[in-house]
Amino acid sequence: MPTIRVVPCLDVRDGRVVKGIRFQGLRDAGDPAERAAIYAEHGADELVLLDVSATPQERAHGLETVRQVRQVLPVPLTVGGGVRSLADAERLLEAGADKVAVNTAAVARPALLEELAARFGVQCVVLACDARRIGSGWEVVVRSGTTSGAPDAVAWAAEAAQRGAGEILLTSWDRDGTREGYDLDLIRAVRAVVDVPIVASGGADHPEHLIEAVHAGADAVLAASIFHDGDRTVDEVKQVMARAGVAVRPPGLDQQAP
Amino acid sequence: MSEALVVPTGTANLASVLAGLRRAGLEPELSVDPAAIAAAPIVVLPGVGHFKPAIEGLREAGLVQPLRDRVRAEKPLLAICLGLQVLAEGSDEAPGVEGLGVLPGHVRRFPEGVRCPHLGWTYVQAPEHSRLLRSGFANFAHSYRLSVAPAGWHAAIADHEGPFVAAVERGPILACQLHPELSGQWGADLLARWVALSKES
Repeated sequence: MPTIRVVPCLDVRDGRVVKGIRFQGLRDAGDPAERAAIYAEHGADELVLLDVSATPQERAHGLETVRQVRQVLPVPLTVGGGVRSLADAERLLEAGADKVAVNTAAVARPALLEELAARFGVQCVVLACDARRIGSGWEVVVRSGTTSGAPDAVAWAAEAAQRGAGEILLTSWDRDGTREGYDLDLIRAVRAVVDVPIVASGGADHPEHLIEAVHAGADAVLAASIFHDGDRTVDEVKQVMARAGVAVRPPGLDQQAP
Repeated sequence: MSEALVVPTGTANLASVLAGLRRAGLEPELSVDPAAIAAAPIVVLPGVGHFKPAIEGLREAGLVQPLRDRVRAEKPLLAICLGLQVLAEGSDEAPGVEGLGVLPGHVRRFPEGVRCPHLGWTYVQAPEHSRLLRSGFANFAHSYRLSVAPAGWHAAIADHEGPFVAAVERGPILACQLHPELSGQWGADLLARWVALSKES
């Protein structure tokens, strides 16, 4: 079995990291490649780069950012944000992404998942599922902020996996940015219906939150502010997880059989 | 001409492979020229996507025989992920489609109920008397694998609900189900050993 992955996330706009200003050890806190290299050195198992740019001109910067991050990053890179077509995905992959995350475009046209999987392989296709609690379940939230008629998030994750998503990047809309911990019920509900890996996202503040998500069924745990603020390194977080009995990849080459 | 040629078998992990090779000190170039692939000091066969189009692409480019010959002659070759699988005899992913057949065995899908694709870092147990492979954590992204170590090769084994072939080596031929270019320092060290051995060969 693979170890549990700890995945820092960079929100990038116009080629610059837009969250977090207190990160230590950087000459330039906003440079994505510099930050990516440090995360990798600290034991990050993967990196997610979300391009939150709004315009096509800004997206050109996004591709350049992916190229720069790729040159220095020796672990997998998932890129999401504005992927609407095979051509968009191909540009990101050519620039150096290993996986592409799709959200809105897949909700609008689910066959996009099949097309991406047929072209690039399921291991390359990530469904970014942003879920908001409604009643006793969750609805999918897309960029346009759809509220009525949005699909059931758990059923949508299951359908997406059937169609060719090789991983679910599962973000709790309610918890994102709150630092109150992941929505564990959401993780459990999706875990019950998919065999593909789940990356839990939204709400992490303490290493204990990451451990809870793993126990709820996550294969990987994504966090942003917990690392950006420099309070804890990835390595320190993984040490806490290891002490709690979670199998993580040890740092550096100090690698014993698990 | 560059000393290291990379066969472009598909888009998806090409940029990562090229970046990893550059970090290992090579100046890789892309080529589908059969004569160049036969003659190059170092060749890399990455791979993503589906077994059938990968094989068909190699066949249409006239690369099946040059790649077979490189393996048989033990000329430096690095095959990654689907690159390893196409060296085998065939795959569950494309029943009836023949692989290059230089690696004994048939590629099988992970069984039902197993977390699939197998994504992430899994411990690899290196074989004894290996020149290139070391034990440690490596990065994987795949749904199919060789489940039986091929005769005549040194095989590193990993476990995902059962043992499977993580990588094999024979002389300067290194075929990896794992992704050395995405396996951090462990992977960088593996690439460095392979490059050094290839330059001696």
